[in-house]
Amino acid sequence: MQDVTLTVNGKTETRRVEGRTLLVQFLREHLGLTGTHVGCDTSQCGACTVILGGRAVKSCTILASAAAARGEVLTIEGLGDEEALSPMQEAFHRHHALQCGFCTPGMVMAAHNMVQRHEGELTEAIVRRELEGNLCRCTGYHNIVKAVLAAAEAHRAVASAPAGQD
Amino acid sequence: MYAFDYHRARSLEEALKLFATLDEATFLAGGHTLLPTMKNRLAAPENLIDISALPELSGIGMQGGVLRIGAAMTHHAVAASSLVAETIPALAALAGSIGDVQVRHVGTMGGSVANNDPAADYPAAVLSLGAEIETDRRRIPADDFFQGLYATALEEGELIVAIRFPVPETAGYGKYRNPASRYALAASFVSIRDGAVRVAVTGAGKNGVFRWEAAEQALMGHCSASRIADLRPESDALLSDMHADAAFRANLVNVVTRRAAEHLGGASIV
Ligand SMILES: Cc1cc2nc3c(=O)[nH]c(=O)nc-3n(C[C@H](O)[C@H](O)[C@H](O)COP(=O)(O)OP(=O)(O)OC[C@H]3O[C@@H](n4cnc5c(N)ncnc54)[C@H](O)[C@@H]3O)c2cc1C
Ligand code: FES
Ligand code: FES
Repeated sequence: MQDVTLTVNGKTETRRVEGRTLLVQFLREHLGLTGTHVGCDTSQCGACTVILGGRAVKSCTILASAAAARGEVLTIEGLGDEEALSPMQEAFHRHHALQCGFCTPGMVMAAHNMVQRHEGELTEAIVRRELEGNLCRCTGYHNIVKAVLAAAEAHRAVASAPAGQD
Repeated sequence: MYAFDYHRARSLEEALKLFATLDEATFLAGGHTLLPTMKNRLAAPENLIDISALPELSGIGMQGGVLRIGAAMTHHAVAASSLVAETIPALAALAGSIGDVQVRHVGTMGGSVANNDPAADYPAAVLSLGAEIETDRRRIPADDFFQGLYATALEEGELIVAIRFPVPETAGYGKYRNPASRYALAASFVSIRDGAVRVAVTGAGKNGVFRWEAAEQALMGHCSASRIADLRPESDALLSDMHADAAFRANLVNVVTRRAAEHLGGASIV
């Protein structure tokens, strides 16, 4: 057992865990943040995607101990909530980009990170390519791609607005 | 996964010292091969030594005519490097074709080369370019390094520090991806240096990555896809599995090698 300290959604948390504890277990079982899902546990589906040190990663394939050296963690709970959805959550809602919703936390985190890394400069081809690590069994992806492109466009509009305006 | 203890090394020296003192120890880089293997209980080390943050394994730079890439550099870092794009653009494209964006953010070049999966991408580039594997104790030429499925020349506890790629006149990569895993169903790296053509094929060989010498001879002097239009490797030496049988792979090796030759200075990833 060892103490692992991680900053998750802006809050620094320490827990005593086993060496083999995965980042996703640390989040779900030790911090109670069950928004991050486990779809496969074989590194394929992306339902467990969180942002670690500014990059989307599969939290089922990183040890919590190793994550501690790689920067802060952002999970779906840190993006927004029912009262105040984040722009990406809002876009998923508006474009009906989910059905059962199981893949959605991972999709939203991957998409949020994609928009940030590309500063909103996305095309359909880039979105489809960068969502290769996120599987959805329901939607056929079409509306997910629409939602990500809409959020990217909103991101560009905000970025190019003169200072002081919203 | 069976229980183990986790250790984070802060320097190359500390990593080697930990390996020498701990029982049943294994190095951990990105963990994107090792952790899935441990989850399947195909590996059960008692101690993991995290080498992903060692300063000695980091960085991408030119030394003479050699592009030196630290073993802990992620696939994303290689794909996004302007130095790699300027010197060996096919290598940047290869790195950008590995897995998916989440995998590329974490998986490393050293982990891929040490693992020598028969469908991995980097071994094709390392072998075609005649790179050297720089370890904590020596430099190993690519021709001696890869020794069959998941087997390499690395000794017990030997750590890859960097890979040294001599910059070629030009190089191209052709890859046909398994649409589910995105590993290579067959892929071919063609490079020209000092007038010599080297062709290395991954994804297809029964013994892992191999040099396709018949294609090298056919392409010598004039690296044009039409020269190998009818050339296929012997299917006895090729993998046969549920994804593709050996005859299909023999044809695919022809296709991806022609595409590599047609895309010198870049890549064709399908
Ligand atoms: C969903 C998915 C898709 C993938 N698709 C592809 C693909 O298309 N193409 C492809 O090539 N790969 C693919 N991979 C594998 C990926 O590239 C891995 O990241 C890589 O094979 C291993 O690198 P790692 O840093 O994760 O190594 P680890 O898993 O940490 O280590 C792998 C092995 O190498 C050893 N090792 C690590 N670093 C060193 C070192 N510096 N010196 C000596 N030994 C070392 C470890 O001890 C271990 O035995 C995929 C993986 C996943 C999960
Ligand atoms: S649960 Fe992590 S990739 Fe599926
Ligand atoms: S909405 Fe059901 S898996 Fe994506």
